Formats: sequence, C-alpha cells, structure tokens
Amino acid sequence: MDRMPAWADAVLVPLISILLAALLSALVILAIGESPVEALLLMVDGALMRSTGWGYTLYYATNFIFTGLCVAIAFHASLFNIGGEGQAMIGGLGVALVCLFIPFPHWSIALLVATGAAALFGAGWALIPAWLQARRGSHIVITTIMFNFIAAAVLNYVLVNLLRPAGAMDPATAPFPAATHLPSFHDMFATADNPLFRGSPANVSFFLAVLACLGVWLLIWRTRLGYEIRAMGFSESAARYAGISPVRITVITMLISGGLAGMMALNTTMGEAERLVMNATEGAGFIGIAVALMGRSHPLGVLLAALLFGFLYQGGAELALWTNIPRELITVIQALVILFTGALGNMVRVPLERMFVALRRRAS
Amino acid sequence: MEFVTLLQVLDSTVRLAMPLLLACLAGLFSERAGIFDIGLEGKMLAAAFLSAAVAAVTGSVWLGLLAGIGASLLLSAIHGLASITFRGNQLISGVAINFLASGLTVLLAQDWFAEGGRTPSLMGAGRFESLTLPFAETLSTVPVLGPIYYELISGHSILVYVGFLMVPLTWWVLFRTRFGLRLRAVGEAPEAVDTAGVSVVGMRFAAVAICGVLCGLAGAYLATGLQAGFVREMTAGRGYIALAALIFAKWRPWHALWACLLFGLLQAVALRYQNLEIAGIPLPVQLMDALPYILTVVILAGFVGKAIPPRAGGQPYVKER
Amino acid sequence: MSDIPAIELKGISKAFGPVQANRDISIRVMPGTIHGIIGENGAGKSTLMSILYGFYKADAGEIHVNGTRRDITDSQAAIAAGIGMVFQHFKLVQNFTVLENIILGAEDGPLLRPSLARARGVLKSLAEEYELSVDPDELVENLSVGHQQRVEILKALYRQADILILDEPTGVLTPAEADHLFRILDNLRREGKTILLITHKLREIMEITDTVSVMRRGQMTATVRTADTSPEELAELMVGRKVLLRVDKAPATPGRVLLEVENLRHVDAHGVERLKGVSLQLRAGEILGLAGVAGNGQSELLEVLGGYAAAKGAVRLNGQALPLAGPGSDAGARRAAGLGHVPEDRQTEGLIMPYTAWENTVFGYHRDPRYQRGLLMDNAAIRAEAADKMARYDVRPPDPDLAARNFSGGNQQKIVLAREIERDPEVLLIGQPTRGVDIGAIEFIHKEIVRLRDRGKAILLVSVELDEIFALSDRIAVIFDGQIMGERDPARTNQTELGLLMAGMTEMPDGPLVEAVDAQMAAKAAREAEHHG
Repeated sequence: MDRMPAWADAVLVPLISILLAALLSALVILAIGESPVEALLLMVDGALMRSTGWGYTLYYATNFIFTGLCVAIAFHASLFNIGGEGQAMIGGLGVALVCLFIPFPHWSIALLVATGAAALFGAGWALIPAWLQARRGSHIVITTIMFNFIAAAVLNYVLVNLLRPAGAMDPATAPFPAATHLPSFHDMFATADNPLFRGSPANVSFFLAVLACLGVWLLIWRTRLGYEIRAMGFSESAARYAGISPVRITVITMLISGGLAGMMALNTTMGEAERLVMNATEGAGFIGIAVALMGRSHPLGVLLAALLFGFLYQGGAELALWTNIPRELITVIQALVILFTGALGNMVRVPLERMFVALRRRAS
Repeated sequence: MEFVTLLQVLDSTVRLAMPLLLACLAGLFSERAGIFDIGLEGKMLAAAFLSAAVAAVTGSVWLGLLAGIGASLLLSAIHGLASITFRGNQLISGVAINFLASGLTVLLAQDWFAEGGRTPSLMGAGRFESLTLPFAETLSTVPVLGPIYYELISGHSILVYVGFLMVPLTWWVLFRTRFGLRLRAVGEAPEAVDTAGVSVVGMRFAAVAICGVLCGLAGAYLATGLQAGFVREMTAGRGYIALAALIFAKWRPWHALWACLLFGLLQAVALRYQNLEIAGIPLPVQLMDALPYILTVVILAGFVGKAIPPRAGGQPYVKER
Repeated sequence: MSDIPAIELKGISKAFGPVQANRDISIRVMPGTIHGIIGENGAGKSTLMSILYGFYKADAGEIHVNGTRRDITDSQAAIAAGIGMVFQHFKLVQNFTVLENIILGAEDGPLLRPSLARARGVLKSLAEEYELSVDPDELVENLSVGHQQRVEILKALYRQADILILDEPTGVLTPAEADHLFRILDNLRREGKTILLITHKLREIMEITDTVSVMRRGQMTATVRTADTSPEELAELMVGRKVLLRVDKAPATPGRVLLEVENLRHVDAHGVERLKGVSLQLRAGEILGLAGVAGNGQSELLEVLGGYAAAKGAVRLNGQALPLAGPGSDAGARRAAGLGHVPEDRQTEGLIMPYTAWENTVFGYHRDPRYQRGLLMDNAAIRAEAADKMARYDVRPPDPDLAARNFSGGNQQKIVLAREIERDPEVLLIGQPTRGVDIGAIEFIHKEIVRLRDRGKAILLVSVELDEIFALSDRIAVIFDGQIMGERDPARTNQTELGLLMAGMTEMPDGPLVEAVDAQMAAKAAREAEHHG
C-alpha cells in the first residue's frame, strides 16, 4: 500500500507548502515594518477588484502558464529545464523577425505564423542542451543555465547591432506594423458604456495559453508520446527495455518545452510591447519553475499557480506604487514557493505520511 | 600591446578572478561531498549585501566580513536542511536560494538605507584597502620584474592573497587529511562512509558550511574589496561562472585556479576593449561576455576531455541494504 | 569454548511503515562458530542483520554482545562492539585505493600518511594469516568482484571485528571462488571469530555452518544444529509446507531451430567488449539454460537480443535475419518479430514502478494499433485486457489500478510474465525469473515456463542460480567473460564441471584450483579496467 492517499499527496502537500511560504512572506513584510494584512488587501484591491487589475493579472498569468508548462513537461521526462528564460528570449526574436519582415494582412494570420516562429525559435534554443544531454550526457541543468546567458548575449548583439533602427538609442527593434497588433481584452470585451480592461495588456494570447494547458494535458495522459515521456521520466532503463529511445524522448520533450517557453513571447512582444525589447522576459522563465512545482507539473495546477503568480505580480506592482515594499517582495515569495513546494517537499510529506500510517493502524 | 597595458589587464584579471576563485573553491568542497550547489550566486550576493551593510553602519570592514560570512552560512544552512536533512532536490534548492538572496537583498537594502536597493558607498576602514607589499615602491623602477611586482603582485586587498592561499590549502585538506578522505568518500560512495561508522549527514553539513564561508569571502570581497558598496544583482552571474569554472576544472583545486584566471581574463578583456579585433575579424563584446558559458558547454559536451562529477553528486543519501 | 554467546538477540521487532519486517526475533550464537540464517526473499534476514550492524534501529528488543547488553544505534557502535559486516552490495569507494578504503573511518589521526603506513603493515599480516591477499595500492574499481569482497572482509578485520556478518556472499562468485571464501571463513572460525552467514542457498548452509536459524515472514521459525537437519527439512521450515525441490517436466521434444545466434560481439559504453563472439542455437520446444556468474555478458546478451544494445554478428529468428544496429533493431521491432523478453530486473527494466498495473501490461507493446483510438490511447481497452490477464496469472490483489510498486515481488513478476507470454512469442528470453520471488510464485513461474516450452516455443533462460538452471533446462550453456565455454546435457554434468566452465576453464588445472580461478578473475578484471581510464 502507498503510505498516503493520492488526493493528500496531490492537494494537501502543496497546500501546506504554500501556507508555509505565505506565512514566511508575511513575516518578511512584518520585518520591514509593514502590515501583511494591509499589504494583502492592497494587492487584492489592485489586482482583482477592477477589470484593469484583472487585465494585468491575466497578462502576467499568460506568461507564467507558458513558462510553467515549459518546466512541467520537462519534469515529466525527469528533465529540469532552467532554460525557459533563454528560450523565451529567442522565441521573442522569432516573433520579431516574422512581425517585422512579413507583411501580414490580418492579425489572426500574423498570430498563427508568429506562434509557429516563437515555438520554433524557442525549441531551437532548447535543441542543443537537449541533444547534449541525450547523446553526451551533459547535465541539462547546467547547459540550460549557460544557454540563458548565451541567449542574453545573442539578443543583446542582435538588438544593438542588427535590428535597432538607425538613430535609436535603446536596444530594441522598430515597432511592429499595425496589422500584427493583437486584440487586447479591452478591444474584445469593452463596450461604449463599460470600458472593461482599459489600459491593461491582457490579450488574445491568454486563450492560447489556456489551450496550451489542455493540449499538454492530452499529450501527457492520453497519448502514446505522453506515455513514453512519463515512462522515461520514471525509469530510463525500463524505457530502453520497452523500445522507447531515451534520446528521442529527451529531444522531443525539450523541443516541446522550449517551444512552450518561446510562445510566451507572443504575449509580451506581440501582445504588449509591439516591438522586441532587451528584457522582454522579465524573469518569467524562472517563475515558471515555481509555477510548475506548485502546480505539481499538472496543467490544471500550472494554470492555477500561474493565476496566483499573476496576482502576486500585479499586486506586487501595486504595493511598490503605494507602500515602501519594493517589487522584489515577489521574488522572495517566488523563492519561498520554490523552496517549500520543491526542495523541502519531504519536510511536509514525511510527517503527513506518518500521520496517515498511524490513522490506518488505528482504523484496522 | 604595451607592457604596462598588459600588466593592467592582468592586474584586473586577478581582481576579477578572485570572487570566481573563492566561489569556485566553495562549490568544490560542496560538490566533492556530493551536494550540488547552484546557489553559489545567491550566497555571494547575500554576503556582498550584508558585508557592505554592516561595514557601512559600523565602519569596520572586518565586522562586515563576518556578517557577510554569516549571511552566506545562513543560506548554506537552508541548502543543507533541504538537501541533506530532508533529502530534497539540490538543484531546486539552489534555485530557490538564488531567488531568495536576489529578493531579500534589495528588500532589506531599501528598508535599511532607502537608496534604491543599494548600500551607502564605503569609505576608509569600511573597505578592504590594497596592501602594498614590502619594497614594492622601491623596486618598481627595476625593469620588467619591478613593474610586475608593483602592478601585478602587490597592491591587492588581503582577500586576494587569502584566495590564492586557499588553492594549496584546499588541495592539502582534500588529499592529505582524514577530513578530506572522508569528504571525497561521501561524494563518491556515501554508503561506504556510513557503514564505516562516519556520519554522512555530518560530513555533508561540514562541506556545505565550508562552502558557505568561502562564498561569504567571495561576496564580501565583491562589495568591500573590488567595489565600494553593494548594488542590486552585483554578482551578475559570477556564481554561475564559478560553477562553470568548477566543471572546467573537473573538480580539482589547481585546475580551478587556472579556470578562474582564464574566465577572469575574459572579463578583464571584455571590460577594457569594448570592440576587439583579432586578425581583422571584429569580436563583439557580447561574444566575450558569453565565452565562459560557451566554453563550459563545450567542456560539458565532452569534446575536450570528459568532466565526470563525483559519483554520488546530486543524490540524497538514503540507507539501502 | 565459553558458555556466553557472542551474540544474543532478544525479541527484536522492526516495521517499515505498514510492513512488519521482523517480529519478536531471538537468537543465540556461540563464539567460534559459523551460524547460518536462511529464509526466502523478504523473510527479513537482511533487515535483522542490518539492525545488528546499527544500520537500522529496531523498534523493540535487545542486543547482547559477549554477554553485555549493547545499544547499537549506528555502525560506529557496532564496530565498537566488535561487529563487522560484508554487505551483499559492497560498500566501497570505487575510485579509492584498497588502502584508502581500508582506513576510511578508522584512521589513526587527522593526517593520512601515518594511517596509510600502519594499514599497509596490518594488511600484510592479515593477508598471510587468512589467505586474503590483495594489492593495497590498486584502485577498487580495477579489482575482480572476489577481490572486492576480500577488501570488505579486510575492512572488518582491520577494525578488529570478532563477529563477522556476511549477507549473501556467494551470489557474485564462481563456485571455486565461493569455495575459497569458505576456506577463509573456516580460517576465521579457527581463530575464534564468530560468523553469521545469511543465505538462501541450502547447500551453503549444509556445507559450512555449525548451526542454522530459519526465518519466514519476519519470524524466526527454528534454530537447529546443522548436523541434525537436512535440506528437505530446512526447505519445509522456510516455506511452511512441503516443497518439491525439482520441477515436474516431461523430456523435451526439440523441433526446428527458431533462434540462431552467430558470432555476436558487443562493446559497452566504456569500451569494454562484453560479448566476444557468442554463438547459440535455440530449438522449438526446448529450454536452453545459460549459466554463469553475474557480469560475464549474459545481461548484455539479453539486451542485444531484446533490441536495446547494438552488436555485430548475426541473429536469425525463424530463418529471418534481425538487424543488430540502426533502424529496425529496436526493442519494438523485436517484439513485433515474435521475441518476448522477461528482463533480469523487473524493478528497473520490466516495470515502471509508479505506473498502474494496467499501464504496465502494455509496456513495450504500447505502440500496437489495437491500443490506439485516433490520436489518443485507448485506455479503457487496455484496462479491460489487463484485468483479464491479471486474473489468469493469479496476480494478487487483482486490481489493475494499483501501482506496480504496491505488488509483492512475486506478483510483479507475474505481471511481467503475463504481459510477455500472453503475446504468444516464438522465442522467450527470460532473465533471473525468480530473483526476489517467494517460493509459491517460483513454482507458478517455473510451471508457466515449462508450459510455454510444451507449446513448442523456444526459451532462453538466463540465471545465476545453478539450481534453477538444473531444474528447468533441457540443455545448459555456460558463459564466461563474454564467451560460451561449452554446452552440457543437464543429465550428464554436475555442479563441479559447470563451476569450472563458469570460471573459464574447460578442464581441471594442474596446480591448485583456487589459484587458477583467482588468476582467471584477476585477468578478467584487468581487461575491463583498461577502459576505466
């Protein structure tokens, strides 16, 4: 028998972990002389009480869904892809190239092609670490970290030396043509008397992100490829016995993972900035780690965790605006979530397991 | 290139290599004991902040150094708790520690000093001053050797000399002492150490603590030696470059020295020459920035000799028959 | 001999979560004797010994050493009490020298040099005293398995152990090496040392022990003088009922050749040649047993035939050549061609332990179109089929939704067997079919294998258990160092002859057997070590 029922492992463990993270975050806020309750109220007010706040929350959530799925799917193959940040940067390059150089008649076609480009570029950036892991046994954690730095250098070079319009100072591309601009939530849902989502960046790519969740769920639990990915994640030697090539699965999984990270750029680059800037990813690739861990690598969990982080991000911005709490508070919370749901999982799980074993003993 | 320019570049190489070297040796102790540590960056950053903060408040760089080491040790303790006591994923723990340091340093800097996430500039006894070695000034006129002694060897802060001494010391501890034998064994075959009646947990915590002290030195040097105060994200990926150097060095102390000097040289050159040209081909500064990472990937790929990490590295120790 | 036992355990109990591994165990072992502990897999022998060595902590009970109660909380305490243990899986640092391994944890001071010097001297005298010579400066990874075991014994003796526990020590040795080990144990006994020998091999108990305790399901069922008992009685005590030590089967009626292996060569990832021109023929309706000590190429042979290791040479199935590298050589293609495979290790190969039973019943066959519905897998169909298979192979509990890790070893093996046999393969490769399996399941599994043979299929049986090879095989081939040393008729050979072949010798050497075997093993280790770099 397993020591603990499946539901407890899936729900109770992450829930307690998050509560612990929240508790410590509250202590941090107290330590810098602010009230955690007021801070929370302010965050809720800024992120959830008005449609504009929601517009930001969902905008950030869109990023985190993509990067969360990126990390989650790699986790299923027992691969730790820390390279989402770099893959998203290069994905942005793909988006920028098609938006700048292909004359699109309509945003929908632009979105379709840009999605392909973002996924292709993101996947391409994951290919070398994937291949090195599969063929040469180079540790993918280290190589993807290295590739984040290399991506930053590449992007910096391209923006400064190649794509920067003549006379411009900041390292960024020219604005994309109007035909590539994606409809924002404001464009879609606002009416004359009800200006919903005004000024907020949430856009149609949010729906793409939700679709991606569904797609990843189907892929992992309902297809042959998903069966093989999970099998290899659990045991590489067993996979080989069953005729599942670890090389093939590693590469395919990382391509999908990188592709998902790359697609994040649709939201930031095409949906919001409408040009490619140097720091378009803003660390979302790393937040994906927290999101995937918290969501236990399940697309539904990723979706919920991404919404929570979207809320934290938008709420954190509000805090920075109205209080003395800098935005870096979010980084601290993110770190605590990773710590408790990822590295300290056993701290929560082991006592819980003991409790369930004791309960069962008493029952029998 | 002029001789003096060369000396200046090498001098700057030494300065830039030192935080890498200290962090690299820190990682060496940890990883040789089987605990992967991608949290070098965070520990350095925390140490940089707290050393600068305490030095700024007390005016004593030595108190600052102690505080920096303390900050780094605290993060080491978290890493040990997660990866040794609770057998968590060492990589994930490292990632968490990096973010924790990145967020907390700015948060506290803003709360304490309200200068936009930095500490006040350090002056006087709040900084590690350069030491002028005996006769450096008098000998500086001696051709060739004089300037080398004066410019390159003399004139660094004491932490630089400590850092260089750490290399032979690390080698000696690892390969000539009981502690070193057990430390290496615990990274290769913890079950052998356990059945021999030595505590695996104790050895690993000791290694992680040494790692914390060395990262503390590295961070303190950064904020109170190399620069005069803390600014946000001032480690700027040095922890990862140190990790790269560690792999480059194949977890060996002397090789670590050469690897860190090489990466320091790359940084020094990138700093001095924004646009370098070799044989008519322009080398963009971004390439120089990325070179340590590219080199590491090449090493990891095993095309230039295979880098084999300690056998039990990254694996939490679970008793098994 | 004194009347105070060297070891006395009183009422030891230990549970792992919901599993009770040891229940109220008491035992007395007199000094200067060899005491055997025998029991099936999972009977709790190793757990008990690990408690004695302080590796686990007992939930209840007392340990007395030489008459005084000892609180053995960790290995350090066990060593201090004069107890040494040689684990089944050696606890050695592979890239340390023998000397470094010996002193690890028993150094004389903070600096290594004096410790190493003293150990060198001690080692020399121990080697002479007990026939335990090894090169002190060689890296452990370059030693043969037998020599690595000696290092383990030396480690214990260097720590001045008076009581030595050996856990399944002969599993990795050739019969001649095992004989040598027993000679060493005999020497140790003569010097007054006390030895606890854990094994599941009745023959070893009868051969070397003075007294024997039998364990079943976590309990001690009997302790007897070896001279007063018989293998049949011990087997009955182990299982709790009468057992047939042989398998009922009719003589084979071999038909045409189904599998033909010709000059197979395989080089592993480290560059070591593991198969050096293996040739075999397998006929319909026969079981070919491949005997050999672990690590002589039989695993690699299964991997190559199973389609997940590349090789040179030729393999023909039903006269059709199978590609040995590149496209069409993968495990899926082998299964499609009619080659079933029950792997040596069900936990790391045959099953995905966190997968449910139903997911595992198609593992390796999951690409079959019958499990597909459009782009998706037809999970309902797989589940229904799984329930059916589990019922027919008497898998308990018959719950397809239970994860594989929650079944006992025997039931896990039945799941694998069901999957592979129900596909009706022409040829079945089967490795260590009963490792870690209780006797009830062993009987079931052996019967299924014979039934498959009687249906006219060909079976290649790989086992390190000579008894199993003898019980099932219609023909026996012996492998040593990647080469087939010869084939024998089970009715016309014996353990001694096979033992020689397993050590790579076709006839009795002129000199002492032990030295010849030692030389063979050292040469093999040296050949493999060349590639460690």
